[in-house]
Amino acid sequence: MTAPGHGLARRAARPQPARRRATVVVSGLASDAHTWNLVFLQLLIEELGYHVVNLGPCVPDEVLVGECRRLTPAMVVISSVNGHGHQDGLRVVEKLRACEQLAATPMVIGGKLGIADRGNARQVAALMAAGFDAVFDDGGAGVADFRNFVRSVPPPAAAPLETAEAAV
Amino acid sequence: MSSSLHPVRQAVVAHRPIDFGEFVRRAGRSGTLVVQPRMGFGTPGQMRAGLAATKRADASTVGTITLDSYTRLGDLRAVDRALRAGNQLNGYPIVTYDAATTDRVLAGIRDDGFPVQVRHGSAAPRDIFSALIALRINATEGGPVSYCLPYGRTPLADSVRNWAECAKRFAALRDIGVQPHLETFGGCMLGQLCPPSQLVAISVLEALFFYHHGLRSLSVSYAQQTNPAQDAEAVFALRRLCSELLPVPNWHVVIYAYMGVYPTTDEGAYRLLGQAAELAVTTGSERLIVKTVAESRRIPTMEENVAALERAAAVARRTLRSATADPGADSQTYQEAAALIDAVLNLDGDIGPAMLRAFRRGYLDIPYCVHPDNAGRTRSYLDDDGWLRWAEIGALPLGHLVRSAGPRRVTSHGLLADLSYVRRTFDGDLPELRGV
Repeated sequence: MTAPGHGLARRAARPQPARRRATVVVSGLASDAHTWNLVFLQLLIEELGYHVVNLGPCVPDEVLVGECRRLTPAMVVISSVNGHGHQDGLRVVEKLRACEQLAATPMVIGGKLGIADRGNARQVAALMAAGFDAVFDDGGAGVADFRNFVRSVPPPAAAPLETAEAAV
Repeated sequence: MSSSLHPVRQAVVAHRPIDFGEFVRRAGRSGTLVVQPRMGFGTPGQMRAGLAATKRADASTVGTITLDSYTRLGDLRAVDRALRAGNQLNGYPIVTYDAATTDRVLAGIRDDGFPVQVRHGSAAPRDIFSALIALRINATEGGPVSYCLPYGRTPLADSVRNWAECAKRFAALRDIGVQPHLETFGGCMLGQLCPPSQLVAISVLEALFFYHHGLRSLSVSYAQQTNPAQDAEAVFALRRLCSELLPVPNWHVVIYAYMGVYPTTDEGAYRLLGQAAELAVTTGSERLIVKTVAESRRIPTMEENVAALERAAAVARRTLRSATADPGADSQTYQEAAALIDAVLNLDGDIGPAMLRAFRRGYLDIPYCVHPDNAGRTRSYLDDDGWLRWAEIGALPLGHLVRSAGPRRVTSHGLLADLSYVRRTFDGDLPELRGV
């Protein structure tokens, strides 16, 4: 379970014909014990050409921030299905964005983010304003939209980590 | 004899709760399946009402107090904040309320005809056990592996240490004449897609762990999976292994109605629950924990829980015990589970360290579990008949028993299809898979 993040960043200046597998961090939030959503996302993102570090469920804010600083991933994908994702997500994205090396990293959140059926538009706006690049609220097109988002992120080999940060 | 006891001990003896295990086994001997809800409410009033409704249900029931997720995580400040702000908790915060409050919740409801069990899910349950011991609540559930690996990041070594200490303290209730009961949660492990042989093995190993630390009234769990015939084979294997390995007669089997992605229709939910009740009766299991029609949507109400208890009890009453025959020690599930247990027990004379080593070496390895202490080299899949099979066995000591399925790539789409197999099967024809 070693993460190639640092090595990739060092070697990235030379363009490679083959795609390198950059690292994506997948994580649950502190109060959420669900796992299957994270396993599904891991497989999906691996199929899209990335190496995934899956931090699993019930990840304290400090662990998520610490791992992201250590790995400087190409993307951070947070999933929450216990209804606290809105509150927990707002809190943690501010901590992530406060880290200099994560200021421009693509970060997304998805799942069942609130406990009510209504008021989602406002929650989505608040999460975007707090620092997420995309919010995928539970619904029919969630997975397709997410796949399109991942594909829209500059591919790791063409846009290595240092330049990816400048480009986003 | 009690006249010579210290007054405090006399008071305890007067309120000595019945042994949960003996109560369930007595019902089992008379051919009655005990049914139990998963139920927890944040306020004492609601909790008491929920227990009272369970007791009144037209079924042989035991009560459940499920704790909230903040208490499970040991975040007692969050409990305080929620209670002060009037926010609803998703279970009963037994550590935070004082003993007098919980005594009032139980008064006149918990008795010799209605024992109560506390369910939580903590890998660091010291405070929870302190509360249980103070309240003389003598039945709970858990396990060093099953309450750790599926839920977060507590190191397995810490969980084993915590559970050893708590089991010993809980077992000491016998010193004041109270028989404590512990149920393994090992028959669940992530709820779905763990091949039954490993569920059986972990349930038995956790029961041996509890025995080793002094518990003498035990139950072993098994969660309904994807195929009734495979489930029956698994429960018979579980019974056989317990008979062979547990050095105590006071044990019983508890079946959990399906713990994975649940049907969305009332009809589908009830048919699945009915199959769980049939599984329990035909395998001679003594207790069933039900799921409700609300399972796929939200936390169920009291009424939905009572309806599920009564439905399950009705199915159990019309099911014949002899409908399925024990396949004996020849079954694939028995062979695999026995091989896993033997390999673990041979690693260390002490069961806790043995389980730790087993996970380090990959002798136990939960498919798709992302906990840092799980090797993560096994994979599983559903075959065309809905049997749970190994796709990759990693370092599990099953090479002589499991034919390799060949290089079988598990895709995100295939995983979703397997995760929702039961929902699709019982709902009839769901047109397409829902996103996660």
